Amino acid sequence: MIQTIINGIMLGGIFAILGVGMTIIFGIVKLTNLAHGEFVIIGAYASTLLANALGVDPILTLIITIPLMFVIGVVLQSVLINRVMLQGSEPALLVTFGLSIILQDAMLLLFSADAKKANVPYNSSTIPLPGGLYIPVLDLILLVISLVTILVLTLFLRRTYMGRAIRATSDDIVAASLMGVSIKKSYAIAMGIAMATAAVAGLCVGMRWTFYSSSGSSYLLRAFGVVVIGGMGSIPGALVGGLVFGLAQAFGGANYGLLASYIVLIIMLIVRPQGLFSK
Amino acid sequence: MSEPILKVEGVQAKYGDFIAVESATLDVPQGMIVSVIGANGAGKSTLMDTIAGVHKPTAGKVYFKGEDITGMPAEKLVTRGLSLVPQGSRCFIRMTVEDNLIMGSYPKSARGKLKESLERVYELFPVLKQKRNDLSGSLSGGQRQMVAIGRALMTNPDCVLFDEISLGLAPTIIKDIYARIKEISAGGMTVVLVEQDTQRAIRTAQLCHIMLKGKVVLSGSSKELTDEEIKKAYFGL
Repeated sequence: MIQTIINGIMLGGIFAILGVGMTIIFGIVKLTNLAHGEFVIIGAYASTLLANALGVDPILTLIITIPLMFVIGVVLQSVLINRVMLQGSEPALLVTFGLSIILQDAMLLLFSADAKKANVPYNSSTIPLPGGLYIPVLDLILLVISLVTILVLTLFLRRTYMGRAIRATSDDIVAASLMGVSIKKSYAIAMGIAMATAAVAGLCVGMRWTFYSSSGSSYLLRAFGVVVIGGMGSIPGALVGGLVFGLAQAFGGANYGLLASYIVLIIMLIVRPQGLFSK
Repeated sequence: MSEPILKVEGVQAKYGDFIAVESATLDVPQGMIVSVIGANGAGKSTLMDTIAGVHKPTAGKVYFKGEDITGMPAEKLVTRGLSLVPQGSRCFIRMTVEDNLIMGSYPKSARGKLKESLERVYELFPVLKQKRNDLSGSLSGGQRQMVAIGRALMTNPDCVLFDEISLGLAPTIIKDIYARIKEISAGGMTVVLVEQDTQRAIRTAQLCHIMLKGKVVLSGSSKELTDEEIKKAYFGL
């Protein structure tokens, strides 16, 4: 029982970082990014392949993948999504759907349909606790990485001019532009940040589970679940949503994990459809 | 009369096919308090949005400090010293009072003066200092209006447009806010007051423009305009 809770909390970190990228785009750009799952898988491939090529621990590849994915996100929003957003949010939604299909097929073409995983020596190491309990080392590392990422992001949004501008954009576009904020730039930075969190989430996915070029949609669904449980647009919400999702998955076990998570999601939708930390 | 800091010439603004401002021409002399009054739907707010770059004009010209700023977006105009306090305050409701004010110093031209400006705003509205760490969404309507005014002042403007700041506020609060606006104006800032409450606006302003059905129909100094003239222009009698 206690072991299950420990496992659930560990998993919760990964689900939280999955949800954060999604919730940022929800909250700031007011867009449902259907390509977020593929972004995560791109992050997973990037980490895994780079780690193999350079012969380093996959975690170190974040030094390259985070800035790289950030830039891709900024460019993607600037040249593609910002343009269609002028026509309203539905065309933009369709663009992210199209993007998701294109990216999935592109990854199939480039990386084949084979299963991939980033293996490390401490894959199955554990830290023993009293009473026969243990903490999986890999899960603990990934939890810490996720939490640090979310902490850095929160500080950026709270303390910096750019972070405040992004929050202001999410509150009121007109008032933000009256303060000198370029809305398109805010959106581009927000997408960059979402992509950067997808790099971290991708690393977690690649180290924790095997993944395929087509795995994106299942992670999109999980990210959706986390965002809906936590409340759309809320970063603390994503953290709690991730935790709830992780615990449900751990209690459901290998066979009923996802099922348990979605049952929790449905209960949440009935009891508190606006999410735990809604605006 | 001094050289106008803001000149509006035959500006037209539409929402789709609906013409909200048909043709507006008015001058705002430097350092004055100028009021733009008119009934609901006369096009006052649309005109302010158009001047401030929130809305694009379909015809006409706007000059600020002698430069053509027609159709320039709001985020550029604010760095040139033109600021709008939008109707209904539009605070960033999920941000603290102080974060709202700090957003006002977002333009690079205003960042250097952040501390001074913040102190000045807190001096003007002491209640905001008490509530600096509260979410602006938890404030009363009057306090939100103060945040919006403070935020606009933080951008370090030369000219501020106030769009119906008295809307929905209690008379004592309106009186207080108007006293602050006079203080702001005494500091040398040019002020444009948009109001439906004609009496107070005319009393406060030196120059009045009266709008009716998308046009500026009467302009003159507050002292010269008679009640009868204003009434006729306001209602289109």
